[in-house]
Amino acid sequence: MNLTDYALSHGLKQVGVRPRFLEYLGQVWRRRDFAFTMALYASEAQNARTRLGRWWLVLLPSLQAFAYGLVFGLILGDLRPANFIPFLITGVFLFSFFSGSFSAGAKAITSNTGLLRTLSFPRILLPLSAVIREFVNFLPQLALLPVVMVLFGQEITWDWLYLIPIAFLMFLFSTGLAMISARLTVQVKDLGKLVPFITRLMFYSSGIFFEIERIFEGYPELLAVAMLNPVYDFISLARGALVNDMQMTPFLWVVSSVWSVGVFVIGVFFFWRAEARYGRD
Amino acid sequence: MDGIRTTEHKPVVVADDVHVVYQVFGTGKRPKKSKSRIARKSRMREVHAVKGVSFVVHEGETIGIVGSNGSGKSSLMRAIAGLYPSTRGAVYTYGKPMMLGVGAALLPNLSGEKNIILGGLAMGFDKKAILESSKSIIDFSGLKEFIDLPMRTYSQGMAARLRFAIAASKKHDILIIDEALAVGDRQFRLKAEEKIRQMRKEAGTVFLVSHNMKSIQDTCNRVLWIEKGELVMDGEPGEVCDAFISSMEKGDSE
Repeated sequence: MNLTDYALSHGLKQVGVRPRFLEYLGQVWRRRDFAFTMALYASEAQNARTRLGRWWLVLLPSLQAFAYGLVFGLILGDLRPANFIPFLITGVFLFSFFSGSFSAGAKAITSNTGLLRTLSFPRILLPLSAVIREFVNFLPQLALLPVVMVLFGQEITWDWLYLIPIAFLMFLFSTGLAMISARLTVQVKDLGKLVPFITRLMFYSSGIFFEIERIFEGYPELLAVAMLNPVYDFISLARGALVNDMQMTPFLWVVSSVWSVGVFVIGVFFFWRAEARYGRD
Repeated sequence: MDGIRTTEHKPVVVADDVHVVYQVFGTGKRPKKSKSRIARKSRMREVHAVKGVSFVVHEGETIGIVGSNGSGKSSLMRAIAGLYPSTRGAVYTYGKPMMLGVGAALLPNLSGEKNIILGGLAMGFDKKAILESSKSIIDFSGLKEFIDLPMRTYSQGMAARLRFAIAASKKHDILIIDEALAVGDRQFRLKAEEKIRQMRKEAGTVFLVSHNMKSIQDTCNRVLWIEKGELVMDGEPGEVCDAFISSMEKGDSE
């Protein structure tokens, strides 16, 4: 009898092996409180060291919107979209959630080595918690959006409630993306360096301060590709809900739903595949 | 299974030819100038920290682990805890091992109290149970006046106290203590050793890595001596500790 048979015959289980997928999801579900609580605590702690504290959550994106509005508003001149300020602020606020969760996801494993070396728990809770934290940080901005709309002369409509499903879809998408980037940055450290670059690229290609349809007017192929960009789709949906004379088309709903569910499912699976690898350095 | 010590008691940890190999990137060039092309190109080094260790631990045993610095003790313990799975070979356990090591705070920016709650949640407690036991955890840690300060402000000893208190608040089948008591003061070490003995009575298995021979002889009933990634000796605490000490004094561990 060898040692392995001896161990197994006494009911021992091997450590450090990845659990089956469904079993893993069960473990995650039982510890969901950990993800939520850690997200809330981390959100509190993030701004605890500044004087303005949580006000930064709305101040920073507002300042960004102001800066972009000033710079690109002048550069674009006549190409400026109608209702420029509501258009821009919707874009900047939603994008800040996307970029925040992308970079938080990429750091979720690599920046928590203290925790990883001490406790064993399903590692997927870390990127999940990071995105929940970003979502918590996003809530004040989400609440500020209707106020901005009213201030800049937008009509109040029931359509504003569509922000809720839109935020939900974005959350799914960002969670999936965070899980993918969390694993990739563990396996290939170099990718962590690319995160700000990819974020920039997304910023300029998602039509935050311009209308994609007008810029790409003469290039139908490019426009078709740009319209499949999920970040553009989420932002366009939100603009359709909030800004006068902009529409939420069925095309946008379908594309963004497919992206959200697809990336979420792939992300969870992809992260789980490497479960035994995290924290190994 | 030749030469592996087994008894009638139920086995709780079985290590079967455990190897741990680290791949370390970014070691850079060696300070000495090397002409070899391979040496210049490769930026990855393999460190073979544990080289085929096998043993069986039975119910109710408290295992001391001794060995010089860098002998692979901690790597072996991490493999048992499943935090750094073995590269070759396998570790089997009955129940989930919990490891206590030295080092960083769990979540440095959060207060001690919040670390207690999150640590408990990660260990699988439900929130109500933690809130109920958090007072006794704080009392055991003896950090009452600092408990609302961020953990990054704690000294090593304070952080060790808190982590031990969190870990010890739950009954673990297997507890691995990797020099976590070394940075604590005498009073805390005695308290922790008492807790370890108590866990042993409750049929828990404890691994204690320490350079303090007295601490090992006071708490353990079996000692493993690891040197250069290999198991050198496995036996009674007095016997193994004496052999280890005389080898260290001779300096023939080279």
